[in-house]
Amino acid sequence: MDNNRRKFLKLAGLAAIGVSAGKYIDIIAKDTAHQIPPADLISGTELTSIKVNSKNRWAMVIDLNKCLVDEDCTKCINACHKTHNVPDIGNPKDEIKWIWKENYENAFLDQENYYMKAELRDKKVPIFCNHCDNPPCVRVCPTQATWKREDGIVMMDWHRCIGCRYCVAACPYGSRSFNYRDPRPFIKEITPDFPTRTKGVVEKCTFCDERLAKGLEPACVEACTAKALVFGNLNDPKSNVRELLKENYSIRRKPGLGTNPEIFYLV
Amino acid sequence: MYDSGKILIGIIVFLILFTSPIWYDLAFGNPAKKPNLVLPTGEDQQECVMSAEYMRDNHMELLNIWREDVVRNGNRIFATASGKKFEMSLTKTCIHCHSNKTEFCDQCHNYLGVSPYCWDCHIDSPKLEIK
Repeated sequence: MDNNRRKFLKLAGLAAIGVSAGKYIDIIAKDTAHQIPPADLISGTELTSIKVNSKNRWAMVIDLNKCLVDEDCTKCINACHKTHNVPDIGNPKDEIKWIWKENYENAFLDQENYYMKAELRDKKVPIFCNHCDNPPCVRVCPTQATWKREDGIVMMDWHRCIGCRYCVAACPYGSRSFNYRDPRPFIKEITPDFPTRTKGVVEKCTFCDERLAKGLEPACVEACTAKALVFGNLNDPKSNVRELLKENYSIRRKPGLGTNPEIFYLV
Repeated sequence: MYDSGKILIGIIVFLILFTSPIWYDLAFGNPAKKPNLVLPTGEDQQECVMSAEYMRDNHMELLNIWREDVVRNGNRIFATASGKKFEMSLTKTCIHCHSNKTEFCDQCHNYLGVSPYCWDCHIDSPKLEIK
């Protein structure tokens, strides 16, 4: 009797495995048939896409003498935030910003000088991500969601960001904003060419990598009617940025930290 | 075996109850609603980036490759087998043709119960109907 029950249970178990396995054989067989398209089909061509390469080292020069003429001008900020679907949440705690304005003395803590020319000392200067040569945010990112490209742009991969905010803590310039809430309801007019972000990711200026790929200048540079923002290649000694830096005295934000910021301000 | 009659009846009753949803479904149930895809029409929209069979099985893998290539490698152009070139972009290329997400993407995704989070960030409609 005992023996029979044992046999029955064994057979029942085997039968159950057999029935359930049959279902999956199809799925598994199909899965191995998955093919990735051949490599030459998925690599880019130079049709309209400019490749990222180390011959370029993108940087920006901001001529504060031209920029500060109109104190209320926010053309670069508006253009950037519209192009990149940056929300206006209207609450400083949740604020998302790619470009913003800061008092001169707050922007350049170590350059403070009461007796300097008042039109500079008392005004607000535009602040960007510095696209540091030695970016502390990249060092701390646990998922490589932010990294330095060959052309020097400190890029963000929002797909890979897990929202740990180490980079926010590491950045000495406050260039990074965290989406504490879904930003979509706060975007007045959505630009379909560019994705929005989602709750739980960090965002910042990417030097308009999507425009550079098409051979266009960043949106802020294009929007500046005073021509105060100049974008160019630091590796090219004849580039407009190198000429400006050679002819003028420039300052950078917190150079003593060793991050080597690549946004230069002419004073 | 003691009380074999009672045990056998018990087992049979249990099996009938346990499998009753299957019998009920076979007898009275409606078949699940099959996905009904609306394909893009128009002369310039006859060629997809890959074959329909490939896309049916592997579009998610292709999108992952595109994502990697655009964001991390900076390559933005995709050439099809016939040499036609497309920008690797979900909104600008895929949704440009398959312009109605509810009649295309959602059909199978809902049927299979998958909810990809592409649309949390990427714009699903060129017409910009954002809720």
